[in-house]
Amino acid sequence: MSRLSYVRREMLPQQEPPVTEVGIIKWVRENLFSGVLNSILTVLSVLFIGWVILHIWEWFYHSVWYAGSLSECREIIADTYGEGAEGACFAVITERWNQLLFGFYPSELYWRPVLAFVLMFVALAPILFTGAPRKLMYFTLIYPALAYWLLWGGTVFTPILIMFGFVLGYLVVKFLGRIAPLIATILAILVPIVWWLMLMGPTLNVINGVIATMQQESYIEKQADVVENYQTLLDSPDTAESDISRYESKQREAQASLERAIALPQIREDLEVATAEAERLRAALPDLVKDVTSREELDEMTVDIPDEDRALLEEALTAEDLVLQVTSAKQSVEADVGRIGFVPVPSDDFGGFMLAFIIGITGIAFSLPLGILLALGRQSNLFLIRTICVGFIEFIRGVPLITLLFTASLLLNYFLPPGTNFDIILRVIIMVTLFSAAYIAEVVRGGLAALPRGQYEAADALGLDYWKAQRLIIMPQALKISIPGIVSSFIGLFKDTTLVVFIGLLDPIGLSNSIRATTEWNGIYWELFIFIGLLFWIVCFGMSRYSMYLERKLKTGH
Amino acid sequence: MSMADQSAPRDSFRLSMLLYDTRYRSLTIQVVFFILFMAGFAWLINNTIQNLETLGKDFNFGFLSSRAGYDINQRLIEYTNNSTHGRAMVVGLLNTLLVAFLGCILATILGVIAGVLRLSKNWIVGRLMTVYVEAFRNIPVLLWILIIFAIMTESMPPPKDFRGDEATAAMSLWETVAVSNQGIFIPRLVPASYFWVFFVLIIAAIFVIRYLRKRAIIIQEATGVRPGTFWQSIGVVVIPLVAAYFAISAITTKNELTFIVATEQSVENLVAFSEIAGRINYCHAPNSAASLSGLRYLEANELDYSRREFHNTSASIKEFIGGTCNAIVVDSADAAVVADSLSDGLRGNATAVTVADTVMEGRAFEFDVPELTEKGIPRFEGGLHLRNSLIALWLALSVYTGAFIAEIVRAGILAISKGQTEAASALGIRPSRTMRLVILPQALRVIVPPLISQYLNLTKNSSLAIAVGYMDLRSTLGGISLNQTGRELECMLLMMLIYLVISLAISVVMNIYNTRTQLKER
Repeated sequence: MSRLSYVRREMLPQQEPPVTEVGIIKWVRENLFSGVLNSILTVLSVLFIGWVILHIWEWFYHSVWYAGSLSECREIIADTYGEGAEGACFAVITERWNQLLFGFYPSELYWRPVLAFVLMFVALAPILFTGAPRKLMYFTLIYPALAYWLLWGGTVFTPILIMFGFVLGYLVVKFLGRIAPLIATILAILVPIVWWLMLMGPTLNVINGVIATMQQESYIEKQADVVENYQTLLDSPDTAESDISRYESKQREAQASLERAIALPQIREDLEVATAEAERLRAALPDLVKDVTSREELDEMTVDIPDEDRALLEEALTAEDLVLQVTSAKQSVEADVGRIGFVPVPSDDFGGFMLAFIIGITGIAFSLPLGILLALGRQSNLFLIRTICVGFIEFIRGVPLITLLFTASLLLNYFLPPGTNFDIILRVIIMVTLFSAAYIAEVVRGGLAALPRGQYEAADALGLDYWKAQRLIIMPQALKISIPGIVSSFIGLFKDTTLVVFIGLLDPIGLSNSIRATTEWNGIYWELFIFIGLLFWIVCFGMSRYSMYLERKLKTGH
Repeated sequence: MSMADQSAPRDSFRLSMLLYDTRYRSLTIQVVFFILFMAGFAWLINNTIQNLETLGKDFNFGFLSSRAGYDINQRLIEYTNNSTHGRAMVVGLLNTLLVAFLGCILATILGVIAGVLRLSKNWIVGRLMTVYVEAFRNIPVLLWILIIFAIMTESMPPPKDFRGDEATAAMSLWETVAVSNQGIFIPRLVPASYFWVFFVLIIAAIFVIRYLRKRAIIIQEATGVRPGTFWQSIGVVVIPLVAAYFAISAITTKNELTFIVATEQSVENLVAFSEIAGRINYCHAPNSAASLSGLRYLEANELDYSRREFHNTSASIKEFIGGTCNAIVVDSADAAVVADSLSDGLRGNATAVTVADTVMEGRAFEFDVPELTEKGIPRFEGGLHLRNSLIALWLALSVYTGAFIAEIVRAGILAISKGQTEAASALGIRPSRTMRLVILPQALRVIVPPLISQYLNLTKNSSLAIAVGYMDLRSTLGGISLNQTGRELECMLLMMLIYLVISLAISVVMNIYNTRTQLKER
């Protein structure tokens, strides 16, 4: 057998692929320089990125984090990097950190908003993540009241009584729902409203009065201690000059509340006397003017009234005014003395990111249910309800948010009964909620429209009534479809909280203006903008990522 | 059971059926709801009436025809502080529409580019566009407006840097554009007489091009060969326009203009007049070529003059009579007549007289280039002044909305299934044509509705003009007019109504488009 062979016996070793077809070069060729246009784009992009980095890098690298003012900052930069060096002065953020986060919230009470913020995540956990224990839902339910109490302070009974309204509504549904569902629904709306508007205030006053009586003595002792403590602080040589005026004003405050608490029995006595006097005068009035209860009423009367009657009436009315005055004085003292809870903080002191979060999160929480209701109303086959919902949605979507905010700050006083005046933050929240709800309604409507007709028919075939069908079959699917739209509405709402600066609230942008107005930080722009922008970016970007996670999780397709 | 039994309930109507019979229940619910709604509405109206009464105010829009008394720095129509609040409102509305219009155009351009590039296979470009979209979508637009405004006012050189031998800043684009911290100054197109001819020619050209296209399609369908229309179309546009330019220039450069001055003594020429009057105060209408020629004449002869700018020629004549300025330029042909008629209105002993100085009107259209003043406080004169407020609002709204449009465009292109591209390739259609004839027409159906809602958002966001002091509808009607007249209710309602009308108009357009492009299904 010949040793000749025409077939290769051993395999050739595998050759390296061409250098352009492997590793980083292949990647670069395919991704960066695959054609003339792509190459040009790549070069332009690299040039652009380089230009940006060149211009910003030095400025960033030279940044100063601790300084008392912009001029000090510039001095530090000049000292460290030589004359003419440019540098960022992030010291403004470290120095005004608290202000940017909390506005003018009293610094010794920062723990309250911080606690509310931390608890918010606990409350959100059962909503956002299915892995969280279901029992936490109860905490979520009471969280709004708790957060309100932590942020605004005041007696604990205010949030409790507000929540009690919801409990009343729930009880009505629970006990009446089986007997007469429609009546139960109407009552479930009416009863809490009647409670909040009419009964809650007097109840709160009664509770405050009782507790004030109970803890009057301990309150006096406590305030006396406070006064004394501040006195020792003021007397001690260690106290810093800068703190003295603050301590003094605190001491004065404590002294004033102490005196008012001591005077409480006297005020109550005064009230009794004044009431008795007013009743006596009223009883002694001549028949002609017996039923007149106000001066306006007197002016409008067509009958001629003799002068002596007028004088008597005037006397009675004055006495009644006095009763009102003393009553309100008594109530305010009782609210102070009878407070079981925290020091109240007025809304004017709220600001910074805290304000943005309060408005944003409350708006988000309320606009979703409202938006769903509006969407259902718009899809409803009840003509009147549909018309009103369409009108509302189109109106809100047709005007800029800023006009609604101005309405809240300028016009609301026209629309409400004379003399009502409620919190500006609450007004803003209401407007922002309505605004966002209209947009969410449109998104949800899109989701509803995307559902196949068969789903509705299947619900009907199972004999489910309207609300059950919505709750069990329609909404879970429609909302799933609308998640991206809903979350982008939320993001929009959170970004729109910056608009409150135009009606005088101190949101982060408003604070940046007021920081710039101080002599120390006059002329600082980019550092503040970067900080504010970054925080908004983190929150909004986080929300959009969460919506992607949710979409993936709920995806039931193949 | 007989039929009679089934129809029995119909006969006996009981009150409880209003609640429990589905035939009546919906009606009951609606009536109850309607009553509650109307009651609430009546409550609000009643409160409003009461509150207005307490404040001693009434509800009427008469203030719109009273004198406004404030100035508006950017006005597209004639407006002085003697104009009415109503006119101020219109000026504001036009400013809103202007910034919305400019914003929509720029946002579309940015958005389409970014959206397409985000899909590009080029890694670095794709990432860059992702950064752009995510950065701008997730940061409030108000912040962007403030940032761009701060860049314009803080980082741009002041006019004084442009002056002198050691100028640290220079005008760009062959000394025609000045970017300063006072705003951007660009050349202004100044039309001479007969400028309307250009518009007529352009409209005519559009019709001719449409005819050419139609003809090309007919020929293509008959023979299969499509005749080129590109060069013909360009020729139809360019040749008549160039011809018109030279023809009109030939006429207008022969058009003689004469100066009229307001003086108490007789004067021969402008030199004499400037000695008597101290200084020539020239009435200038920046959008008239005749006025520009007059200005250039003053400058060329080194006369001592200052200029007052007015909205148009009729406004500058009005101000000439009013005495704000004392020299004006008019057509030589009827100069004497105009001078006589102007004399009647002038105050005191002053009369309007023509002087010997004449100047020719410029070419068919010219450019008024901004210039730095040589004496006094450094500032730019002439040209078109784009204020910082406009620039900041325009750019910020555009880049912000552009990020959203980029996502819409991307989603629209991704929504077209790959099969469409493959089918087009199978038919042998080139990629560029595939995009134009197959992908885009389908993608547009997905893109346009959300795109228009972004336009709507941009228009509404333009009300953030308040942050940079741009005089839009909110700043005029809802700002200064509101504060001056104290009529919050009327101003706010009117303003909301106007925004509502704009929005509804845009949604009507959108609905028309939707119904026209909807796929015709069974």
